[in-house]
Amino acid sequence: MKALFRPIGAALTKAIAWFTARLHNEQTALQTATAFVAIAVIVQVLIPSSGLSILFSLLSVLGATNARIKPLHKWILAGVPLLVALPYAGTHNPSLAPLMVQMFIYIGLALGLNLVVGFAGLLDLGYIAFFAGGAYVYAIFASTQAAKFSPWFAEHAPQGLGGWWFWAALPLALAVAALLGLALGLPVLRMRGDYLAIVTLGFGEVIQVISRNLDTPINITGGAPGIAPINPPSLGPISLGSSTAIYYLGLLFTVLVGIAMVRLEQSRVGRAWAAMREDDIAAKAMGVPLIKMKLLAFATGASFSGAMGMLFAVKQQFINPDTFGFMESIGILAMIILGGLGSIRGVIVGAAAVTLLRFQFLRDISDYFANWGLPPAIDVTKYQPLLFGLILIFMMIYKQEGLVPAARPTVDINALEGANPPVSGKGASVAR
Amino acid sequence: MQEQLSILPQILTDGLIIGFLYAIVALGYTMVYGVLEFINFAHSEIFMFGAFAGFEVLMLLQKLNLIATMPELVSLVLAVLVAMFVAAAIGWTVERTAYRPLRGAPRLVPLISAIGVSFFLQDFARVIWTATRGNFHQAVPAIYTGSWTIGSIQVPHRAVIIMIAGVVMMYGLIWFVNKTKVGKAMRAVAQDRATAGLMGINVDRIISLTFVVGGALGGAAGALFAVRYTSVNPYIGFILGMKAFTAAVFGGIGNLAGAVMGGLLLGIFEALGTAYLGPLTNGVLRGSEYKDIFAFLVLILVLVFKPSGLLGQTTSEKV
Repeated sequence: MKALFRPIGAALTKAIAWFTARLHNEQTALQTATAFVAIAVIVQVLIPSSGLSILFSLLSVLGATNARIKPLHKWILAGVPLLVALPYAGTHNPSLAPLMVQMFIYIGLALGLNLVVGFAGLLDLGYIAFFAGGAYVYAIFASTQAAKFSPWFAEHAPQGLGGWWFWAALPLALAVAALLGLALGLPVLRMRGDYLAIVTLGFGEVIQVISRNLDTPINITGGAPGIAPINPPSLGPISLGSSTAIYYLGLLFTVLVGIAMVRLEQSRVGRAWAAMREDDIAAKAMGVPLIKMKLLAFATGASFSGAMGMLFAVKQQFINPDTFGFMESIGILAMIILGGLGSIRGVIVGAAAVTLLRFQFLRDISDYFANWGLPPAIDVTKYQPLLFGLILIFMMIYKQEGLVPAARPTVDINALEGANPPVSGKGASVAR
Repeated sequence: MQEQLSILPQILTDGLIIGFLYAIVALGYTMVYGVLEFINFAHSEIFMFGAFAGFEVLMLLQKLNLIATMPELVSLVLAVLVAMFVAAAIGWTVERTAYRPLRGAPRLVPLISAIGVSFFLQDFARVIWTATRGNFHQAVPAIYTGSWTIGSIQVPHRAVIIMIAGVVMMYGLIWFVNKTKVGKAMRAVAQDRATAGLMGINVDRIISLTFVVGGALGGAAGALFAVRYTSVNPYIGFILGMKAFTAAVFGGIGNLAGAVMGGLLLGIFEALGTAYLGPLTNGVLRGSEYKDIFAFLVLILVLVFKPSGLLGQTTSEKV
């Protein structure tokens, strides 16, 4: 088995290295990126329904945005698959547009969790709670739910607020999620990695229990059945309820989160987080305000999650507490672990790949086995936790830095001090 | 109010019983933590497999029509022993495959691997019992169905079994760790792994053994759970594991007597909270719905105000 995989792996690594080198060489970057995007678009148009062609399109976008070309060229090259080819595939196959929106949501969530775990080194297992917060903020007032506890709503807007509410709810959802983040962050300030993990896990459970039971004494969340239907957003007179419109909305949100991530990573705050992650005592000694930085990481990561939660409510038009379970938190963790902790590109790839595995690959396997007449009790589409567990275990054992490791500046100690005993300095290390 | 107070003895008894269950699961967490300073997230799933193993034994005995003819104690002991064996085997395998290769890695790495193992085992159990028995919710053949009535308090026989087992396991473990040679080696590894290795202790074997013993404890707890509640499913470990971990932290993690004490106190708090939250808020909040939150509140309060727990020693982090 190993003998079979090793040459394939070596060839693949070589091909990727050759390709990356061409993208980083100024002479060849533009033509390589253009060729990559062109092939991806052609594949996307020819085989629109395949999950793999979506992944390929996203990879071409990543390749183009990371190539050494002018920013204008980057935007044009990235725009073609994202603005044209993928929506085309979405209209071609009605089940594909929601899948792509789901993918955007997960990319946004994974980027946000990556901020907390990858940048700041705080393992958060209750990340979905903030997502729930954002979703409920929008959904409660964009449905008949608000009329159930507020006489004002019952009188003036029994069907909930109109599409404009989406834009008004956005800052509110960000604020609510950030406050939830602070509520979690304050008691855990002094906790170490493993305690932090279990407390955040408990926090996620608590938010789920509360959202399930806040139908008494006043019915705020709709209890276990949840809230449905949720009004679509609108832009002036134009309703944004169609799947294509939601696609563009999702794209907008995700691109904004992505840009924010790149800016944050390179900022003063991002460097403070990195210092805190690598060694909090040394960071404190260097004047990094640990408490402020930790709270900031929780609040910022949470607010991204809240925004994605709104998008989820819009896409689903229905939310209930079961959607915000522990499995989702672990699913997002599996995405960032697969892609590479702390690596923005890696996290995007990981999120896209895990989304496809969950919603396409498992279903394909299930369909394939259905022909074999396996008992219906063995429903492969339900194997998601198994998949997440395997991803976490295998990545930790075999490739801790992820599929697309974070490029961190490294210093070769041997070169500095002469060739003394080799000091291992892996480019990417997992945060403590 | 009078009516509320009259049920107090029953509530305390129920709390104590569930507390013993938390206590035996907490022993497994605290033991592994004591040696490795590592939360074995998969312990709750090892407990769950123990419950299923006990269930399978009782099903087999029922099929052979032995439950009715044999003394109940024999069925119980068989179920617990098989569950201990199965769970110990799983504990050993998990340590060997998912934790040992990561020893010496940064803290987060084995933790994430452990979460992965926990998820994998949970879903694996679901797959196995869905495939073999058609449904992952299973009813366990009932043994020890009677109960005693002392005054106004009802004590099921099954509950007494858990209490006895809890006390036996705690004292057995304390004896094992403090009085046997292997226990001494374990304490040495807990104190300083490198030095213990230099003193001729096979560190890998001791750590393996820790997981075997921890797993066996979890397995026994699982089988007792199956007997007590007469139903098993793959998700019984998750919340119970979190509460047991809370109990371990409450009592002072790494401290065996503390784990039992934490478990009992947590069980009683939870029972009181569940019973009286409704009446105290005039029925606005349903206590039973918020039951799982009490443990979490205890965890937060303990970690904020007394992170070393009730019986734990304060340790300063090594730099």
